[in-house]
This record gives sequence, structure tokens and C-alpha cells, in this order.
Amino acid sequence: MNTTTHSIGRTVAHESARAQIAGAAPYIDDLPELRGTLYAAPILSTVAHGKINEIHTAAALALHGVVAIVLASDVPGDPILAAFAGDEPVFARDTVQHIGQVIGLVVATDVMLARRAARLVKLDITPLPAILTVPDALASESYVLPPVTVARGDSDAALARAPHTLKGTLEVGGQEHFYLEGQIAYALPQEQNQWLIYSSSQHPGEVQHWVAHALGLDNHAVRVECRRLGGGFGGKETQAGHLAVWAAVAAAKVKRPVKLRLDRDDDFLITGKRHPFSYQYTVGFDDTGRLCGLQLMMAAHCGFSADLSGPVADRAIFHADNAYYLQDVAITSYRLKLHTQSHTAFRGFGGPQGMIVTETILGDIARQLGLDPLAVRLRNLYSDEPLNPAEPGLRRDTTHYGMQVEGNILQPLLSTLEQSSQYQKRIEAISAWNEQHQTLKRGIALTPVKFGISFTATLFNQAGALVHVYLDGSVQMNHGGVEMGQGLNTKVAQIVADELGVPLHKVLATASDTSKIPNASATAASAGTDLNGRAAQFAARHVRDNLAAFVGGLDGVGAGAVTFQGGQVFTPKTTRTFDAVVQLAYANRIQLWSDGFYRTPKIHYDKTTLSGRPFYYFAYGAACTEVALDTLTGENKVIRVDILHDVGRSINPGLDVGQIEGGFVQGMGWLTTEELVWNDKGLLTTHAPSTYKIPTAGDIPAHFKVDLWDAPNTEDNVGGSKAVGEPPFMLAISVFEALRDAVARARDDGAVVQLNAPATPEKLLKALTQVR
Amino acid sequence: MPHPELSFVHRGQIIHLREVPPTRTLLQLLRDDLGINATKEGCNEGDCGACTVVIGEQRGDHLHYSAVNSCIRLAHSIHGMALWTAQDLSAADGSLHPVQQALLNQHASQCGFCTPGFAMSLFGLYQNQVCQGKPVSREGAQEALSGNLCRCTGYRPILDAAQQMQTLPRVTLDEAEILSKLEHISLIPKGLEADLSYKSPTTLAELLALRAAHPQAQIVAGCTDVGLWINKLHKDFAEVLDVTRVAELRQISTDDTHLRIGAAVTLTDAFAALAQDRPALVTFANRFAGAPVRNSGTLGGNVANGSPIGDSMPLLIALQARVQLASVRGSRELALEALYTGYRQNVMASDELLTQIIVPKPEPDELLRVYKISKRQEDDISAVCFAVRLQVQNGVVTQASIGVGGVAATPVRAVQTEVTLTGQAWTEATVEAAAAALRQEFQPISDMRASSDYRRQVLGNLMQRFWLESQGQTLVTLADLTLEGL
Repeated sequence: MNTTTHSIGRTVAHESARAQIAGAAPYIDDLPELRGTLYAAPILSTVAHGKINEIHTAAALALHGVVAIVLASDVPGDPILAAFAGDEPVFARDTVQHIGQVIGLVVATDVMLARRAARLVKLDITPLPAILTVPDALASESYVLPPVTVARGDSDAALARAPHTLKGTLEVGGQEHFYLEGQIAYALPQEQNQWLIYSSSQHPGEVQHWVAHALGLDNHAVRVECRRLGGGFGGKETQAGHLAVWAAVAAAKVKRPVKLRLDRDDDFLITGKRHPFSYQYTVGFDDTGRLCGLQLMMAAHCGFSADLSGPVADRAIFHADNAYYLQDVAITSYRLKLHTQSHTAFRGFGGPQGMIVTETILGDIARQLGLDPLAVRLRNLYSDEPLNPAEPGLRRDTTHYGMQVEGNILQPLLSTLEQSSQYQKRIEAISAWNEQHQTLKRGIALTPVKFGISFTATLFNQAGALVHVYLDGSVQMNHGGVEMGQGLNTKVAQIVADELGVPLHKVLATASDTSKIPNASATAASAGTDLNGRAAQFAARHVRDNLAAFVGGLDGVGAGAVTFQGGQVFTPKTTRTFDAVVQLAYANRIQLWSDGFYRTPKIHYDKTTLSGRPFYYFAYGAACTEVALDTLTGENKVIRVDILHDVGRSINPGLDVGQIEGGFVQGMGWLTTEELVWNDKGLLTTHAPSTYKIPTAGDIPAHFKVDLWDAPNTEDNVGGSKAVGEPPFMLAISVFEALRDAVARARDDGAVVQLNAPATPEKLLKALTQVR
Repeated sequence: MPHPELSFVHRGQIIHLREVPPTRTLLQLLRDDLGINATKEGCNEGDCGACTVVIGEQRGDHLHYSAVNSCIRLAHSIHGMALWTAQDLSAADGSLHPVQQALLNQHASQCGFCTPGFAMSLFGLYQNQVCQGKPVSREGAQEALSGNLCRCTGYRPILDAAQQMQTLPRVTLDEAEILSKLEHISLIPKGLEADLSYKSPTTLAELLALRAAHPQAQIVAGCTDVGLWINKLHKDFAEVLDVTRVAELRQISTDDTHLRIGAAVTLTDAFAALAQDRPALVTFANRFAGAPVRNSGTLGGNVANGSPIGDSMPLLIALQARVQLASVRGSRELALEALYTGYRQNVMASDELLTQIIVPKPEPDELLRVYKISKRQEDDISAVCFAVRLQVQNGVVTQASIGVGGVAATPVRAVQTEVTLTGQAWTEATVEAAAAALRQEFQPISDMRASSDYRRQVLGNLMQRFWLESQGQTLVTLADLTLEGL
């Protein structure tokens, strides 16, 4: 087969790149506005927990240009948001539950006017006791959802007989998504109480459902459209729904189109972030650093409502093993209610919070035993080694939730990276260098990632797509996924192009639209291409099959003898252009468009015991990171990063490398400079980019090398590929471990390193000077 | 009060606008009034760079290009300039500019929302470097992009694009044509400044007279702080007095003993002048905000604003800079630290303006370092800023001058620490005493940037770092560390 005519496997530019670079790719705020459009701004709670006595609106309404104030009483349908837990009001009604909670909206003729007026709304709120810290929430059993325990074996007995044990704690901060395009929705009333909503959402189907619920309408009356997002990262999964509901309720009240675009500071105050986690653990291990028992408590700071905290905390449990076999283990997970923003999905979705604690434990075990941390990590990897000689059938290859780790490439992948990054040689060089330098100290870490791919809620693992072939042979495709920069539309177009054997430029993606693909799952869980790519492939295949049967009939050959490639259609007898075949087929009344539907096979799990096979497959990777640390100030610098990552057979290496690099840098931010600080009143004081610091161009390492592991997915996945959105994020745990290594090397006392994330200069200086 | 006419050159045309209010931002003008939505709003406070545009100003006989944040820049401030947004780079036939082509080639746009801003910062770099025949280094690119945030790519492809753009066929502007249009604008009569809502006088005498007659007018220079008052605090000013066109305030002059920097000189130009005499300041200068803020913001604005975490003042205090204040009544000079009386409070009378910063030239045996501690290296606000300047003769400290930021309600001089150093032998024991004095001298607050304890501890540690550097030790700071050097 001539591979040059294929699109899959080639680096081709993002389908919108050219337009984006030229400033010609519209986002929702760039769409032409309908005449009569009004602008909304939120009225925010200034108290973390309190009873609303009165809302004084007169001063705001008195401003010229203010059209209306929209409050809970204006919600035409259910005043409770249609979130699955049913624990959030559309607008705060009797009580407020965090500073920044939305009490209502001001609608005005100008957005700055609306924002100014919103500050003039005077709130009479009687404060109630607020829970603002994790220890308080744990002590008072303040939960958004009940605790969950997952255990295997007998951890008590294992710890009792372990040669060594270690107890410890860890705190890991949350993370603001900082999508460059802030949250926005534009609600347009249509004829006969129908609605069009432009929403910057990763989940238009949910926006449709939520808006219909709040307006008291059937879902079919609401159409949601989204061409592209200026970044999502999980922050526009549920959170975009709130915006759309608010805009729609306002538009329903004023009977005019309403646009709600949050100011960045308000976006910080209102929307949820990555869940901060706190941990306590006792771990047992032998002289070689192999784990023999683990008791782990994970407390997720969920904020005031459940949102997606249940599945996030579940995924943290599922990923507490990361790449390692845990024999006798007990994990207890608390889902704590605090009076803050309600934390939500964020790239990795609990996976990072599950993995990081185990990585820090392994690092500390190595330090305590005086072993190389990589050696300890390798010693604990999943493998086909028998559990014990007496029972050769039981191997170190099954997770604590009962899923066998198949297609395990951890050992060869880590060994390859160890070689290519010259890890061993550099360890020696770093030790020698550190001997010579008193102020700056270098540190290094090589950490793996094993990340489960699929929505843990099995029902979400389905997708639909449409492929239309027009009379000139051009192809339009649509699917239930959302383009948020990851290149989903590009990859799906590559898949469709190859299925139909046409050049890539013949295939055009169109906006996500609930009237085209109904009930689509969120574009999340890294599964966008796996699900929608396959659905689109099936849709294209149906069209191709129609054409093949037709052409086979013309030439008197079987449909199976007809092939499609390079814009041509071949039979053993004739070669025709694809365009000619399309015209002929149309003239003969052959269907030139089709739907496609896909559901992920093999997956199942028991929600009550959290056991089974929640994931179709695992994506693997590893990163080797070197840092330098200033022992006088705690300032630090990532100087070299080598990554080897598994994307199966890449559909588009350029896009995949982009996801890996971008995910890594975002993860680095989470663990170093991005610090969320709430004050003792519950106000998020880091609520703008002036105080909340994501990485800049100056933060990336001078040596930043990404290689792809070259082997197809062992499961039957589209094009032999693997998902890539989230897994690379967790490669950044190597930065945190390298910093801890540098601290340990600077202290040189063989003690464990007490360091919480994010590792700001202040925390690092404290770790450098703290004696445990 | 009538609004002045606003005229600028865009896409080869002179745009004339009337009825633009004085607090209208350039971003609002572009998006809401002119429908140019290539330029995005990311944060509306000059920290993310999504709104970056390039402005071209006549300097001598050529155009000078600056990438600036349009979200906190007042629309009227670009009167008489040329403007480029991300939709102005492609050629008429749609072919891409080298900046755009390089971004495309390197897969440097994912979600694309930050991309127009990056394209404009790169366009500024292209005009000022590539078109001048100067190569763009990776460090130079990081520097030029320090005010642009991207959340998707991890920056590597953008930095590669910055390197690649200089290798592509050169595209140049017809500067003569643009300059002639700017000349044309300058000939349009403006009317009497005093009657206008946005006053932008061109001479000091005119400025001081307006200041005296309109004490209620909001003074603006680069607007990098006032822009936030407008966007975030929703302030609305009926009258604005823009000082940036006053010729005397835009001058940098130097003689044998002093460097004199006009108050309206941009931070970019001011730090370039300071670093000419003191090359050690380059690293610090590049960490002052992001490049687009330095291109708009002025040294005088930073000093007059008097924020306790403003970064120029600790340095200027250590350099024993003085400031000149002027009014219609005359002018006076005082030590920079004497300007401040409390949190954002100063000694200036209602008719007075800061006109000049006067910096002594370095002595031959001057030891000078300025250190900034923040969570992020680039474009962050200091938790602590520490500037120390010593004169050491025959092993004895003859003069000590220390400015500190982030430890009090104003930028301050570390008077007590200076005493522990002056007249002492420059030894480790003296340094330890000075470090201890520094840790004692201030009672900083704890906030989201750092705790009080950390600020105090690190101040002493920075004194130790200074000692090590003064002893010729290398690889004492991360800035010295390069991959090649390891």
C-alpha cells in the first residue's frame, strides 16, 4: 500500500491553525451579535457561608442602561441545577456557600456597566460558621459524598511484618485551569420558546440538558453549538453549563439575547478548580525498597457541592498504584465539603492526585534505605513475576481494583529512557557537581506514568458521528466531540479521509451541535479521538460500503474487491476518481451520507466495590527531569527534561508531541508555581494572573526532548493509537521528585523530605531547613 | 467636556474617530467599536498577553515598534501612531507573514486563543530585530514573549517559531508611507487641550499649567496600573491627563556624574539606559513585569505610584537616586525614598508632578546587585526585592546603600543594616551581622505571595548571596546556570 496517500500517521497542521494564527478563527465572543443583545455580569457572594436576608437592587437598577436584575426567583423551571447530585442551586437562594457564589445577574446594555452595577447590589447576609480547612472538614465529617474504601489483602498484617515502615503526610494544592478564553455563553431566544445557546463547553449535550431543565422545557427545544474552545482542560466540562444556564435564565426574563462573559477575576472566584488533596499514609517495605503494605488516606477538598468530585476521587483511588504493584493495601477516600468553589474536572481527573502520593512515598523509601529512587521504582513495577514461588499462577500484574495490566511496557520503556537520558551517568555527575557547589544543588528523578483510558462511568463510553459526502466529492464530518485545541477535528478528519481514500483537504469539520449528534458525552477522559474518531470512521465506512457495493455492481466484481485510495476508486477492472463515483452514485440514488456509532468494548465495573475493568487500556510514559535548586532562597529551575511516551501508533505525531509537551508544562505549573491561597475568610486571594502564576516561556527547560514509544495499542483502538490528552500531565511528577531529590542532596542527612505541593521557593526553603 | 479626535494609521489608512471617551481602552475600541476581533481579551489586566498589539511611533526619522497590552492601554494614547493587530500581518493575497508562517510550521497554535497575542509580540521582535539584521536568540525570544501566556503548547514550538521566522524570506513594511501618514495626522489641529476630556500636552510648561488648572484629572502615563483601576475597580474618569507626549519627560540625558531619566520614559528604555552603565542589571530588568508592560509602563509611573512591591524603587534607592518634582510654582529635588509617606502616599502637592529620576553614575569600586524573589521567574511581582550597593576600599565598606521592596508599606531604605556595614571590614563576620540586621529591620506582612518569616529569612540569605558574589564565586545564582555550563 502506498502510505504517502494516507493521512493517518502523518504530522499535519491543526485544521484551524492557519485561521487562528491570522486572527480569523472566531470564538464565542467574536461571533456577530444579534440586534438587541444585552450583557450580563454576576452578583457574587462576599461571605463564605451565610444566610441571605435581603438583596438590595435599587442602586444598581438606578444606573442608566441597567435593564434587569435576575435572581433565583426568576428561574422558570427547577431552581436546582440539573447536576447529577442535585445539590447546587442555579442562583444562591436562602444561603450562600462560598465567596464568589453567584446570587444573580445584572443585565445591561454594556458589559462594563453590568459589572459596575453588580458591585452596587448590596447583600445583607448573616454569616454562618464556615468550614474552610481540610482538618476542620475531616473532624466535623463534612462530606459532599460518603467516604469510599478500596482494599486488597490484609494491610494490617502486612505492615506488622514489614521489615521497615514509614508514616507520613502530604498536601497537594489545587490548580486553576486558566483557559485563555474565559467562560462564556450567549443565549438566544428563538421562535416558539426554542433556544439557541452558544457555549464554550466541553459538553454541549449537558449544557442542553441543564438549560432545558432550568427553563422548564424539553431537551429538544434547546440547541447548543460550539465551534471551538480557547482551552478547556476540564474547566469547561460542568462549569460551562452554569454559565449557559445563567445566560438563558436572564434571556428568558428580558426576552432578548443575553451574553455572559466572565471577567477573569470573577472566573477565578466562581468556577471550580483541580481538587486539592491531603494524605496520610503508613507504608511497609523490605530492604530492597519493595512495597509490602500500604494504608493510605486521601482527602479530596471538593468545595461546597459534589459536582464531579465522586468520579474524580474514584480515579484518584484507581491511580494510587500508578505503575506499581500494591499487594496488601487499604485506601480510604474522603470527599470533603468546604465552603469554597466547587472543585471540578481538570486534566488527569484525580489521576495526578492518586499517583503523586505513591511517587513521593517511593522517593522517601529510597532515601531512607540509601538506594537510588529509580531502582526502587523499577523494583515495584507491575510485571509477570509470580507473587510467590508457591503460587506461580498469581502474578504481580493485577491492580488493587482487580484489573489485569495488559500490554505492560513499563519495564522496557523505563529502561529505554534510563539509557537515552543517560540517567546513571548523570547521577554521578550531579553528585560530583553538588560536592563542588555549596549554594546551588542539582537533583534528578525518573518517574513513570500508567494511566487508565475510558470514562470510569461505563455509560459515557459511547459516541456518534455524521459523515456527509457532497456531489463534488467533498466531505463534511461532524461528531459529538469538541475541539478545544487538542486537534480532535484534525485527527478525526484524518481518519475519515483514509476511510474514504480521499485527500485530507477534502474533509471539513463543523461545529459541535446538539442537533446533529444527540446525547454526546463530554470531550474528556482523553477519549475524544478514541470515541469520536471511531464513530466517524464507522460513519465513513458505511458511505464507503454503499459506494463499494455500487461500484462493484457496475464492474461486476464483489464489493470487497473495491478499494479507495488517493482520491481514486479501484476495482480489478476500472479506476475512477472518487468524485466521479460520487456523482454516479447520486444519479443512481445511493445514500452518500451516514451516521456512525461506537461503544468501547470490554469495560465494566462495580460502582459499589470499585472493582472490575474500568479502563479499556492503559497509556504509559516516563520522564526524566533534572532541576537546580538555590539553597539560599528555594528558587529553582528545570534544566533538562527527557520524555518517552506511549501514544500507540500515532495518528498525528505533531499533535501528539504538542499534547505531551503542553501537558508536561501544565503539570509542572501545578507542582511548582501555581499556588491557590484562600485567606481565613475563605476568599481566594490568588484570583488573577497577577497573583496566580502559570508557567511562562522562560520556565521551560533548555533541553526538552520528547520521543514517542513506537508500538501500536495492543487493544483494537482507532488506527492502533492511544489517547494522549491527560497522561502526559503526570509526567511532571518527575519535576516534583527531582526537586525533592535536590533537597535531599542538599541536606545530605538521609532523611525523608517533607515537602508539600506546589513546591514554591518558600516551601522548598522550609524543606531545606526543616529537621523532621 | 468634548472628547478629542483620535487618529491613527491602520492597514495603510488613517482612521479618524470622534466621541471616544477618555477611559475607553484600546481593546474596547478594537473589539467593540471597530469590530476587530482578532485581538482577544484573556485577563483584562495586562498579564496574559492575549490582547497584544503592536504600535509604531515616529522616533527621529524612523518607526519604533512596541508590543503592548491593548486591554490596559487607553485608546487615545495611540493618537498619531500606527497600529497592527493579528489580522493585519497576512499579505493582501492571504499569504502569511514570516511570523505567521513560522508559527504554522512549528505547530505553535493549539486552542489558538493566545496565538494572536504571541503573533504580535513576535511581530514586534521581527520589526525591531530581524528587520534590523539582528539575530533572534532563544533567550531573546523568551524575553520578548515574557508577557504572553499559553496554556496549551508548553511554549517549545512557539520559541522554535521565533527562531525560524528569521530564516524565512524577509517581509518589510513601507515605513516611508506610514511616516508620511503619521506626519499628516500631526498636522491636524487638535484644539485647546484644556477643553478636552483627554489632555495630552507636548511641553512641560503646558503640562504643569494643565495640572494646576485641573487637579481632578487622572494622571496617566503607560496606564499599566491605572488601566486596572478602570477594568477591575470600574473607575471612570471624566478627565485624563496623559504625560507621555511631553518632550522633556521623554528624554534621557547623561553627563559625567548623573543619568537623568524623564518620568515618561518607558521601563524598557529606562532599564536599557541604567544597564548601559551597570550591565549587572540586565537580568533584573528583564524580570520587571512582562515585555508588553515594560513597553508601555514608565519609570516615572512606577516611582510615582509608589507601590511597596514596585521593582524599580529598591534599585533606585540603592543607587541613591533623587527625583525631581515640578509645578507651575517651580521645581524641587529630593531623595527618592523621601517621596513616600505611607502606603501609596507621597509628598507631592496637588499641582506637582514627578518629572525626572536622577541616578548617580557608578563609582569605580562599586559593588552592586539587585535580587528579586518571586514564585515565578518571569512576569511576577516580588515577594521581596533587595538591592544593595557598596563601596569597598582597601577591604573596608566606605558606603552602603540598600533598598528593599515587599517588606513595608512603601519601598524603603534599610537604614539600620547600612549602619552595620558602613566602616566595617568587608568580611564574612560583617556579612553575618548585616544579614541578621536585615532580618530584624522590617516586619513584613504575610500574604499570598509569601509569609513574613520567609521574607525576613530570605533577605538575610540574599545578603549572604551578595557576599559570595562579591568574593568572585560563580554559579551562586540560577541565572548563571546554563545547560552548556554543566
